[in-house]
Amino acid sequence: MSIEVRAVSKRFGRYRALDGVSLGIEGGELVALLGPSGSGKTSLLRIIAGLEVPDAGSVLFSGRDATGEAPRDRGVGFVFQHYALFRHATVFENVAFGLRVLRRRDRPTEARIAERVHELLSLVQLDGMAGRAPAELSGGQRQRVALARALAVEPRVLLLDEPFGALDAKVRKGLRRWLRRLHDDLAVTSVFVTHDQEEALEVADRVVVMNEGRIEQIGTPDEVYRSPATAFVVEFLGQANVLHGRVDRGRARFGAIAVDAPEHLGALDAPAIGYVRPHDLELARDCAAGPALAATVREVRPLGPIVRVQMQEDATGAALEAEVSRHELEALGLAEGQRVFARPRRWQVFARPDVR
Amino acid sequence: MSQAVSIEEAPLADAERMPAAVGPGRARARRRLLPGFRMTLGITLLYLGFMVLLPLSALALKASTMSGNVFWGTAASARALASYRLSFGASFAAAAVNAVFGLIVAWVLVRYRFPGKRLFDALIDLPFALPTAVAGIALTFLYSPRGWIGAILAKAGIEIAFTPVGVMVALTFIGLPFVVRTVQPVLEDLDREVEEAAACLGATGLQTFRRVIFPTVLPAVATGFALAFARALGEYGSVVFISGNMPMRTEIAPLLIVTRLEQYDYAGATAIAVVLLVSSFALLLLINGLQAWGARAERAEARS
Amino acid sequence: MGSQGRTRRGAVVTDPERRETLARTPSPVAWLLVAIAASFLGLFLVLPLVAVFAQALAKGLGPALAAIADDETLSAIRLTLMTVAIAVPLNVGFGLAASWAIAKFEFCGKSFLVSLIDLPFSVSPVVAGLVFVLLFGARGLLGPALADQGLQVVFAVPGIVLATTFVTFPLVARELIPLMQAQGNEEEEAAITLGASGWQTFRRVTLPKIRWGLLYGVILCAARAMGEFGAVSVVSGHVRGETNTMPLHVEILYDGYDFVGAFAVASLLALTALATLGAKSWIEARGPRRSVA
Repeated sequence: MSIEVRAVSKRFGRYRALDGVSLGIEGGELVALLGPSGSGKTSLLRIIAGLEVPDAGSVLFSGRDATGEAPRDRGVGFVFQHYALFRHATVFENVAFGLRVLRRRDRPTEARIAERVHELLSLVQLDGMAGRAPAELSGGQRQRVALARALAVEPRVLLLDEPFGALDAKVRKGLRRWLRRLHDDLAVTSVFVTHDQEEALEVADRVVVMNEGRIEQIGTPDEVYRSPATAFVVEFLGQANVLHGRVDRGRARFGAIAVDAPEHLGALDAPAIGYVRPHDLELARDCAAGPALAATVREVRPLGPIVRVQMQEDATGAALEAEVSRHELEALGLAEGQRVFARPRRWQVFARPDVR
Repeated sequence: MSQAVSIEEAPLADAERMPAAVGPGRARARRRLLPGFRMTLGITLLYLGFMVLLPLSALALKASTMSGNVFWGTAASARALASYRLSFGASFAAAAVNAVFGLIVAWVLVRYRFPGKRLFDALIDLPFALPTAVAGIALTFLYSPRGWIGAILAKAGIEIAFTPVGVMVALTFIGLPFVVRTVQPVLEDLDREVEEAAACLGATGLQTFRRVIFPTVLPAVATGFALAFARALGEYGSVVFISGNMPMRTEIAPLLIVTRLEQYDYAGATAIAVVLLVSSFALLLLINGLQAWGARAERAEARS
Repeated sequence: MGSQGRTRRGAVVTDPERRETLARTPSPVAWLLVAIAASFLGLFLVLPLVAVFAQALAKGLGPALAAIADDETLSAIRLTLMTVAIAVPLNVGFGLAASWAIAKFEFCGKSFLVSLIDLPFSVSPVVAGLVFVLLFGARGLLGPALADQGLQVVFAVPGIVLATTFVTFPLVARELIPLMQAQGNEEEEAAITLGASGWQTFRRVTLPKIRWGLLYGVILCAARAMGEFGAVSVVSGHVRGETNTMPLHVEILYDGYDFVGAFAVASLLALTALATLGAKSWIEARGPRRSVA
């Protein structure tokens, strides 16, 4: 089932959680709402679920307006950040809940409920846990019970609020790959909220980057990473070196380096910011390969397979950071205090008005 | 599906058990760092012994000097039995009324905002603070045939003061805070997400209450009920005025003890007191069990 | 990155708002429940309270004040205050000692001790009075021996004080034990390692931490001590002007059909009850904590 969010706004007192947000989600897609805390991503998810009513705008499920519908009529499965398991009930009863509260004529027989619950428990790999109380499970297991409970009612949309937020790093990694595979098997339209860019990029078909109640960019993980639409997206999706320069009629200049910036053809000698990811900064002992930023090495720190090189640009005194392989480092023979030339392979250039 | 999930954590229960296994010895060594244990425990035991245990043992001693026949002759006399029936029956009914309305009051105080809410919240404890004799004469006035409520009911032919119903009214007043004050914190701690989860799963408001909220607050309601019941069983001051004190009809067990005492029938008073005290202790055990149940549920909540 | 960010921001930002939503869209069910709760509380709490004052002033302020200024009333007030002045300090001393021993140390039988401290709550006031009669009465266990020394306990002031102390026995301890347990020992341990003596530690570290709980315990204990009826009634002997506390005086006036007098004295007691509730709200507003007395 497809979801369409049209110009939704929501305020909480003086705080503007969502500001005219529009978004389309295809049936069967797995979409991540990514943003820092307070960006409105959870409010958007709760509005899709019907747990919150928007002040303005509408939510359409498969083209049908569902804005005023109660959560129970929407056919959504919602997995809460802290799972919200019914603590007085066993794992079995938690998963069976949605079936038991069906209207009598729709309610499956007791045997069918048991069968369905056991199917789901084996789907989330919790066979044999049916009789346990939620308190007796680990965080990852509770997460999967919450998922099974949400799936029991065969939702047309699965919504997950920070599904891995409360788990420790190791379990989180395992579970998110598993969730991706589960989604591929079930092919149910899914939306999940996260503040972890790695999680969003790894799991989702498309990523919606949000900031201060607005959508900054919507795209595939590759699109948002390789062609970020705004400075915010660049900064949120990972570390980047920030270079200050000017852009004039489609050509940006940062010290010794000039690059094409075709998206800024209209700019007339405007201040600009250039972003370069540390792994996109190529280091050399001389500037034979072309124009480069002259810098002095301040620190060389090996981090597992890669080496982080901290530098200071000679012209501006700005800090630069590059990530090179151990192999490259050995070839360069870098040491602290040495002169080095840094040449960016990829750039993102934003004229000042874009810079927030 | 996958083996990726084979990365498992230890269940939390185990993780929590571990430090506990190491804990006590270390904790004890550490705690004894503070001084004053012998002195404070000594004062506690001494005062407890003289103030509580010695007087109560006088009751046991008196009862033990009575022969079985004499004891049961009084403790199980027709008049005594009638007083137990009234005391237990009215206490049970009052506690039941308080369980139902106390739950509603607690819900309203936790969930809704309305004018006067803070005042109502503060007023809940009135029965703890108001001397029982004051409550007794006020209720008697209200429900007597010439009182504000009694006059209205008298027109409908309903009598409350000087009937068993009057006893129940007084006991309801006395037990009112217990259910409210035990349920309130549980409702406050109730995770709103749990209700939202139920709503997403298709439950109606009533189903959410019946299947999610009620099972969660049930231990607290039961504890509050038992506390109110136990309090009502021994209550004297608020009841003597409104009950009319007619033997066999509106005479509660504590009143019968007083009557026996006034007749210098110490043995008779003791026999009934022993019955009352044993019932109270049984209730105390029940309440402890209920509180343990509630605490278990709360711990489960804290972890899930 | 942990989950902290969202929890911090999310909880702080969305929580008050959700409550607001609820207040903004009151459902009929909400109205009905508020109405039921308000009627129940109105019928059982507000109306009796109003009745006390209304009846006291039924014949105007003059007769009410006259009833209070009456010699027997004044002697009842004196006896009540004296009882409070003895019972409360005793129970405060005990409460402090018991809570220190129980909250700061581990020892076997601790939970049993806590149950014993609660014991007087589950004893009917009438039974509480009875045990003192059995102990100190003319035919009691210790009564004759004490009578030989010229000391009468039952049907006299000492009995009233004893019975009142028994009934209010757990109140201070019950306020302090959970409070001190929740606060833990770290600060006291720090004080000891800094060279403070046990007494200094208690006075400078523990007492400031528990002062509001202690204050509430004292107020509650005093209010109960003033209002105790059943136990005191059994041991008092109802000697007019000698062994009457305020609640007993209310009963005597009421039984003598002096309703204005009875309700006038009752309204004094009701005022102290209201002051107790006010103090409780005030103390709770300074630190979030609650208890079932």
